[in-house]
Amino acid sequence: MISAYYFGAISLILIGLYAILTKRNLLKILVGLSIMETGVNLLLISVGYVSGRTAPILTEGATPQTTVDPIPQALVLTAIVIGVATTALALTVAINLYEKYKTLDIEKIRGLRG
Amino acid sequence: MVKRVLAIILILITGYWLANALAQVPFGADKMLVGKYYLENVKEQTGAVNAVTAVVVNYRGLDTLGEVTVLFIAATGVAALLWRKKRERTAKSEGSVVLQTGSKLLLPFIMLFGAYIFIHGHLTPGGGFPGGATIATAFLMLYLAFREYEIPHNVFEPLEGLAGMGYVAVGLIGLIIGGYFLFDWIWQTWQLGHANIGRLFSAGFIPIIYTLIGLKVGTELTGIVDNMVKEPKEGGQ
Amino acid sequence: MIDCVQCIEYLIVILMIVSAIFAVEWRDLLAAVVGMAAVSLFASIAFFLLQAPDVAMVEAAIGAAMSAAVFIFAIKRTERYESEEEGTGWWVRW
Repeated sequence: MISAYYFGAISLILIGLYAILTKRNLLKILVGLSIMETGVNLLLISVGYVSGRTAPILTEGATPQTTVDPIPQALVLTAIVIGVATTALALTVAINLYEKYKTLDIEKIRGLRG
Repeated sequence: MVKRVLAIILILITGYWLANALAQVPFGADKMLVGKYYLENVKEQTGAVNAVTAVVVNYRGLDTLGEVTVLFIAATGVAALLWRKKRERTAKSEGSVVLQTGSKLLLPFIMLFGAYIFIHGHLTPGGGFPGGATIATAFLMLYLAFREYEIPHNVFEPLEGLAGMGYVAVGLIGLIIGGYFLFDWIWQTWQLGHANIGRLFSAGFIPIIYTLIGLKVGTELTGIVDNMVKEPKEGGQ
Repeated sequence: MIDCVQCIEYLIVILMIVSAIFAVEWRDLLAAVVGMAAVSLFASIAFFLLQAPDVAMVEAAIGAAMSAAVFIFAIKRTERYESEEEGTGWWVRW
């Protein structure tokens, strides 16, 4: 029996992969990429979770034996911010392609090469 | 249609493979190795209460410097790819009265909240990255409300550069005093704030670096929004 | 007595998957971006339930607000509707 969070994370990754493989609109592919990124972040956080423990903030009452793993959270914290910046860069490239070819369909863009 | 069927078959194979791999990783079990060391020593070594902040800024500070560099390069790339000689806002209508009044009234409070988040990063959940994003959201709201609004570029661009340089400068001072880059000189050499762990003035250079990161993330995300909202003028290239 | 924390977990995961499917299948790109922001918002609640409040804050501020805003600016400068010869899948066509 697989856990609910693992199931959700794998589902998000697969839905994003489906969008990347089958869609032809450039912005829709980037939406799929963004969903896939959320899925990967959810997977990392749920691997670091320890059931019955609290957040890794060591105030009164919380000892190192009663908190979850802080390292996946630190990785994901920065990965989300980098993700939105790189998505903005990819969207900028899509805008420039639209200004040149007047379409967002990747097959037509490929056909107009040269 | 063939492409769709092939994609579904590939996705099913990938899903089966991922599920099989994750069946070896029990959900909710204690798998900590390095995390245990960090959690046991975080208060003595860094003075921070929030272990996530200590890992991001202190234990893996060089990694965070790299992430900030990637953010800077992405923002620069957006600005370079969208650069035109003449650009203008092309919104047809102003925001509604509610949006205009609300964004003007809420701007100082949102900025205060963002500053609270990144100054208290070593005590409460949060830190430089969400604080900077909150500040950028305040300016995004101003852009949506006013057709002619423009951020003060002569404040934002030097602030962005100075914040990045400040991060490197703090690391270089650590190199001079302690012998390696990003050595926590305030906590380990000067021994400041050892008496009040859990209050604001503790945790060495973590509040300083998180303030710099918050300013940098906020100005860079605002710059990305500013570059994407302006369109080239008709006729001008 | 049903364990209600577990009910919330299953509810959030199901809502997240449904929003993701809608975000991928809707032809109107503006609606698709709103679906993507909904995925981020439900993921933020999931992060909070997984005892990661820092990540939940970042995801709520960036995934739901900044990311959707950047996508909407790009849609404003390009085109709003996706033109595909094959129609939408039967599971969302009503």
